[in-house]
Amino acid sequence: MDILINFLYYSVRAGTPLLLGTTGEIITEKSGSLNLGVEGLMAMGAIGGYVIGCATNSFLFGVLGAFMFGLLGALIFAFVTVTMQANQNVTGLALTTFGVGVYHFWGRSLTKDFPSLDNAPAFKAMVADNGIPGLCDIPYIGKLLFSYNSFVYLAVIIAVICWIYIRKSRPGLKLRAVGENPGAADACGVKVNLYKYFNILLGGGICGIGGLYLASVTNSGAWNDNWINGMGWISVALVIFSNWSPSRAILGAFFFGMLKTLQPWKGNLSTAFPEVLGWLSAIPDEFYQMLPFFITAVVLIVASIRKNKRSEEPSAIGLNYFREER
Amino acid sequence: MKITKSIAMLLSAAMLLGAAGCSSTGTEAGGTAAGVAKEEIKVGVIHIGDPADGSGYSYTHDLGITGMQANLGLEDSQIVRKINIPDSDTAATKTAIEECIAEGCHIIFGTSYGYMDTMESLAAEYPEVYFSHGTGYKSNGTNFNNYFGRIYQARYLAGIAAGLKSKTGKIGYVSAYGTELAETCSGINAFALGVQAVNPDAVVYVKTLSSWFDPANETAYAEALIQMDCDVIAQHCDTANPQVAAQNAGVFGCGYNSDMTEQAPAAHLVAPIWNWDVYYTSAVEAVIGGTWAEFGNYYEGINVNFVDVSPVTANCAENTEKYINAVKELMKSGEWDVFSGVALSFDADGNIVKTDAPLVDNTGAAIAPVDDATITGSMNYFVKGVELA
Repeated sequence: MDILINFLYYSVRAGTPLLLGTTGEIITEKSGSLNLGVEGLMAMGAIGGYVIGCATNSFLFGVLGAFMFGLLGALIFAFVTVTMQANQNVTGLALTTFGVGVYHFWGRSLTKDFPSLDNAPAFKAMVADNGIPGLCDIPYIGKLLFSYNSFVYLAVIIAVICWIYIRKSRPGLKLRAVGENPGAADACGVKVNLYKYFNILLGGGICGIGGLYLASVTNSGAWNDNWINGMGWISVALVIFSNWSPSRAILGAFFFGMLKTLQPWKGNLSTAFPEVLGWLSAIPDEFYQMLPFFITAVVLIVASIRKNKRSEEPSAIGLNYFREER
Repeated sequence: MKITKSIAMLLSAAMLLGAAGCSSTGTEAGGTAAGVAKEEIKVGVIHIGDPADGSGYSYTHDLGITGMQANLGLEDSQIVRKINIPDSDTAATKTAIEECIAEGCHIIFGTSYGYMDTMESLAAEYPEVYFSHGTGYKSNGTNFNNYFGRIYQARYLAGIAAGLKSKTGKIGYVSAYGTELAETCSGINAFALGVQAVNPDAVVYVKTLSSWFDPANETAYAEALIQMDCDVIAQHCDTANPQVAAQNAGVFGCGYNSDMTEQAPAAHLVAPIWNWDVYYTSAVEAVIGGTWAEFGNYYEGINVNFVDVSPVTANCAENTEKYINAVKELMKSGEWDVFSGVALSFDADGNIVKTDAPLVDNTGAAIAPVDDATITGSMNYFVKGVELA
């Protein structure tokens, strides 16, 4: 039983950066903008937030820093696609290269005195898996629900707030209108460009926080040039898996976290349950490395085959809105 | 598409011309076979990563290059570095090496396994340039040699530190590969034999990444091993993430490549390390002195300090330093080696006890005597006490 709880526990931890990336991208896409640069936004948020968090020894400033750097990246995207009307796909891809480049350049220039979490104890305490005092001691439930680092709770709270924002609030209604039919929204007096800018920036900022998770939790702040490691791309695919709903993104992200955790845990699981799960260790590592991307491909195929009425995909996604061409 | 192709052809033609021009001046200057003046020698290095990363594989190789430079008193301009050259990309490898030749390098070091075939073919094309390839197995007997070391000796010593430290008797090992690669396989076995010298019943649990560089999984693997009650985490992969994970969980670990005490000061015991400067210095000296013909392939170990363990930290158990030094002396004297079929243990006073104990694999089958070729090329079993997790 313990081993299953632990497996789920590590799955949740592995899924958290995906949840932040996915929530950010959902907000962005709901405004009709397809920002493929999540990988780059996460990279910028990772290095910016980490450096600021260590310098100020503050989790709050680290998160705000990551948010700001993600937002800065998204600002480039918003300016180029909304104001300059450039192609969204190309801009997003360019933003990936740019963001990862910023991260490499900044990190490499620091290497000799790269900030260490050990020198920022208050920041470190918040990114360590200390959990919620008292509650984390409850058997089973405590480990599974109350033993995480602050990011996990922050990510879930952000996802829930975003769900309320999109589904239940008046600005959210207008946001969906902009994503579905910007011309009609414009005719109703919704400031389309303002909504696009606001939500692209908000979404980019949330993606940036996901990057900070990869920097400070997944890699414990130790420098290497592969902090993001494709998580931004999986996030983009998870948006479709979650059907553009932040609440479903919570489940989707943790499911993908589980897929990622299977590779390191296959031996633990097959040793603990030789009859039921013994076959796990017989499967080569390469299969597990492929699994999240394979499932992503399957999701894309299935999603494109059954485009039914329940799809929440914004109709105007990927299309720039230019009032004079209405 | 056509335009890019013709540009590429033009560029490569230009590069070949440049290379040809330079190599002919090299021969006019006296020819490398007769030796090269120290002030004139140029050394090329092909790195798979960026030495500026501050730790890991390329960093330690470059420490060896700068060490060689200091030992021999070479100028900065005499070293030509090509960084971030992917070793799976033959074209990029070839371009980088030809750039070195064009810049007048007399000897070129290729630090990663995948450069091997490209270096072999270029060695035939440019007989006046020396090619030296690390970690592989090919050579041509004239201007292309191979260098590697008995890192398994250092791993045995790290195993002693791990075995003394472990209380649960379970030691985790995050490895890039397992039995499918002799380098990782012999390293794991040597480490386990070192563990068993001081902790006979301990088990080494190995998890394989199937990748040399996978930072997120390096952390996750260490965490999963710690969940199996492993209280020392050893590694054969590039980043210090397993050590940091060990530190975060309050257990201990043995790094690799460089002294990882810096990254995990509260967890790190000792790390098997390379002193690449030992080889680079003697190789460049051979080119300078014109003695390359006698130099040949290079496979040395702790006897010339080519491999070693990092200084014993305060995290280590009592007697660690004493035991390690005793075994190190034994290895240096050439009296005993890891896979010799003689097991070491320590009596109550800390004296080494030798026992005839032919190697047994983890299925219980006896293993034929292990020679150098097996260690570097074909070892494909785990010894008793090693489990794939």
